Amino acid sequence: MALDKNQIAQRIAQELEHNTYVNLGIGIPTLVANYIPKGIDIEFQSENGVLGMGPFPFEGDEDPDLINAGKQTITTLDGAALFDSATSFAMIRGQHVQLTVLGAMEVSENGDIANWKIPGKMVKGMGGAMDLVASADNIIVAMMHTNRSGESKILKQCTLPITGINCVKKVVTNLAVLEVTEKGFKLLERAPGVSVDKIKNATEAKLIIEGEVPEMNI
Amino acid sequence: MVKKIVENVEHALKGVESNMTFMFGGFGLSGIPENAIVSLSKKEIFGLTCISNNAGVDDFGLGLLLKRKQVKKMISSYVGENAEFERQMLSGELEVDLIPQGSLAERCRAAGAGIPAFFTPAGYGTEVAKGKEVRKYNGKPHILETALTADFAFVKAWKGDTAGNLIFKGTARNFNPLMAMAGRITVAEVEELVPAGELDPNQIHTPGIFVQRIFQGNKYEKRIEQRTVRTKK
Repeated sequence: MALDKNQIAQRIAQELEHNTYVNLGIGIPTLVANYIPKGIDIEFQSENGVLGMGPFPFEGDEDPDLINAGKQTITTLDGAALFDSATSFAMIRGQHVQLTVLGAMEVSENGDIANWKIPGKMVKGMGGAMDLVASADNIIVAMMHTNRSGESKILKQCTLPITGINCVKKVVTNLAVLEVTEKGFKLLERAPGVSVDKIKNATEAKLIIEGEVPEMNI
Repeated sequence: MVKKIVENVEHALKGVESNMTFMFGGFGLSGIPENAIVSLSKKEIFGLTCISNNAGVDDFGLGLLLKRKQVKKMISSYVGENAEFERQMLSGELEVDLIPQGSLAERCRAAGAGIPAFFTPAGYGTEVAKGKEVRKYNGKPHILETALTADFAFVKAWKGDTAGNLIFKGTARNFNPLMAMAGRITVAEVEELVPAGELDPNQIHTPGIFVQRIFQGNKYEKRIEQRTVRTKK
């Protein structure tokens, strides 16, 4: 069975390391916060100016002056800090944030990512994504393996305008966990019940497969 | 003490003209200078260049200026919430310069800090880097970004005093302190304006030197874009 969005987030949460700062992008990455493993302490950074972001507020407690980068109402946890946008991107550019999880429209085998523009169609802008991917030490992409028309989003080369080059370290999709290596995508894990052949058929890029590919632990 | 207080938004906007460049603080609709935007949207000024992280929504924030076609060019990082904006951009009526959010913040800060340009890794290898000088530092390529200035910067704070000192609340701070530094004339509107001496100098986020005019704002709507809540167990 292919994973649903929550399960993708759950698998990515297994990558979280104790006592680190993490930036979660909009969409599936946001869900990662729901699955932090026991014993792992994380502070979430949101690039609009908050460290120590907490869960959504209870109904009636929403504060228009307290939102995340997706413009959703949030809360802060004990130890939180608030700051301006330049300070926020100093944390990002200065590599003080250890992990970035973000969505993508395409990822290529050399670690390029495209997620900000479809020429002539969608022109929302890059927001903070270009700053994040240019600087973060560890970048994990969370996305569906194929687009709505069933085409692979895991490519030899990105076709859309790119957000950053040689930056993605790992990709977690509804079908597989892939690592970006110097030789291309290495298939690390497959979704429970999903065959290697099914993953190959859904992938345009070449896959490096070494021995038995284990199932994800979800 | 240098006094910055003006009577109301009309006095604060004295000198705004067509074809000027304006900065607007705010992230989404959080921390936007609501009073200044509403008053500007009623003026006969057009051909504006607006620097703001986002472009408001159709009927609120910078959407009000876009609807009246007062804006010639937008410089932003993310403009996804505004249908009229997208229409004007795709039809070519509106010129749009999309730039990385961290670069936008730093370009404002740099202008205010007297730094004309700086190198950043953000955007290297993408279309953002087109025509920009590239230099390697520590083995990594960076692109040259220049400082951004504006004829007017419009910012909004939670509290302010008659000397122009500002304190922000929550994530409504965002671009406001940086744009306050960058504006030739910075107009601050505040939810609560107090006499100088009432704010603790230790707690000031933006020192009054960066603010030329300050006024008591009113009728803040503070619209929430994405109301997300959890239910009590």
